[in-house]
Amino acid sequence: MIHKKVASVSEALNGLSDGMTLMLGGFGLCGIPENCISQMVQLGVKDITCISNNAGVDDFGLGLLLHQHQIKKMISSYVGENDEFERQMLSGELEVDLIPQGTLAERCKAAQSGIPAFYTPAGYGTEVGEGKESREFNGKMHLLEHAFKADFAFVKAWKGDSAGNLIFKGTARNFNACMAGAARITVAEVEELVPVGSLNPDHIHVPGIFVQRIFQGKKYEKRIEQRTVRPRN
Amino acid sequence: MLDKNGIAKRIAQEVKDGYYVNLGIGIPTLVANYVRSDIELEFQSENGVLGMGPFPFEGDEDPDIINAGKQTITTLPGASFFDSATSFSMIRGQHVDLTILGAMEVAENGDIANWKIPGRMVKGMGGAMDLVASAENIIVAMMHTNRAGESKLLKKCALPLTGVNCVKKIVSNLAVLEVINNSFKLLERAPGVSIEEIKNATEGNLIVEGDIPEIKF
Repeated sequence: MIHKKVASVSEALNGLSDGMTLMLGGFGLCGIPENCISQMVQLGVKDITCISNNAGVDDFGLGLLLHQHQIKKMISSYVGENDEFERQMLSGELEVDLIPQGTLAERCKAAQSGIPAFYTPAGYGTEVGEGKESREFNGKMHLLEHAFKADFAFVKAWKGDSAGNLIFKGTARNFNACMAGAARITVAEVEELVPVGSLNPDHIHVPGIFVQRIFQGKKYEKRIEQRTVRPRN
Repeated sequence: MLDKNGIAKRIAQEVKDGYYVNLGIGIPTLVANYVRSDIELEFQSENGVLGMGPFPFEGDEDPDIINAGKQTITTLPGASFFDSATSFSMIRGQHVDLTILGAMEVAENGDIANWKIPGRMVKGMGGAMDLVASAENIIVAMMHTNRAGESKLLKKCALPLTGVNCVKKIVSNLAVLEVINNSFKLLERAPGVSIEEIKNATEGNLIVEGDIPEIKF
């Protein structure tokens, strides 16, 4: 077994510096690496490029980094629900690259898999396709999209072990499972770090080979963005 | 004329037994309320769930179980969770049978615009571009005209496009239309709406052939 466990979030972020490109898992506020984000706020690392499906809300998730002007560029598919984001984008303080969600996921997956580029029909004939190489396959036009290159990937899982194996819960798997192993260094934070041997190998979602550092997060707020319920009667 | 629930109710008639269906945000979400109970189907949400159920009972909501609109949901027996790349494999790979989404504009050649109003609303396309580029069967739920009374069924979209030549069918508050041969072909009229009213509300080329029945529920 190869040990990936680090003692603290500050050790997990060792080597993180200004100007780096980071991947952050999560969909909305579901499955975001809360502890790593808090630590980045504390470190004050700046001019970072974030690859993340969304940009958090005003006072949680990546919204916290936006608020401190630590982000130079966002690469996302959907950035509603965040007024500060909109303000910085419209004023030109923040660079934003909006790309289709499936293309975002596959560009992570390609980086994880060592595939330099791939063709997808998403965005052909729209402004997303401007300046990109296109090609016809089976009578349909496709765009050439490239794998991401990132310094760190920060992912969040439900359970993990010190070998770096990860298990997710519900829809919190989302981009986390695609980003693990897609950057030079993958940091996994988990709600529960269990002893090696206690996870069933058949149940692992992300094998430990894709993870370089793992730690148990101190606390998880797990905020709900849209609480929708029905009455019991 | 139909209201939003009427549009959803008519679209629900298009859902066939054994379908995997992706519902967009807004009117499409309402379709789930009107599907016949004897039909077997599963709803896919692109954030990574197949077999989506109704909203949870108060107190049962789980922050780890949401839909693409970030709403708390439940799952039904037979449901599964998966990562975002797998989710779009289902969409791009055409394993999802029907996509229902909203639109700001549709053109007579099937182009759709629904993600951006330059200078006013730039929230992003989310999964819409992947969905419209790959789905075989796309139904658009929309209002026929905007608040100023101008047609949203156009010769050419003015807003930035989400996808090209992809919309097959439209259910609006006024009519059901098929997008074919660079035209909107009128199939059904909403209750109490005349062909003349539909003509006046449609800027793109409208085909009216024979007797046009009223929508039946």
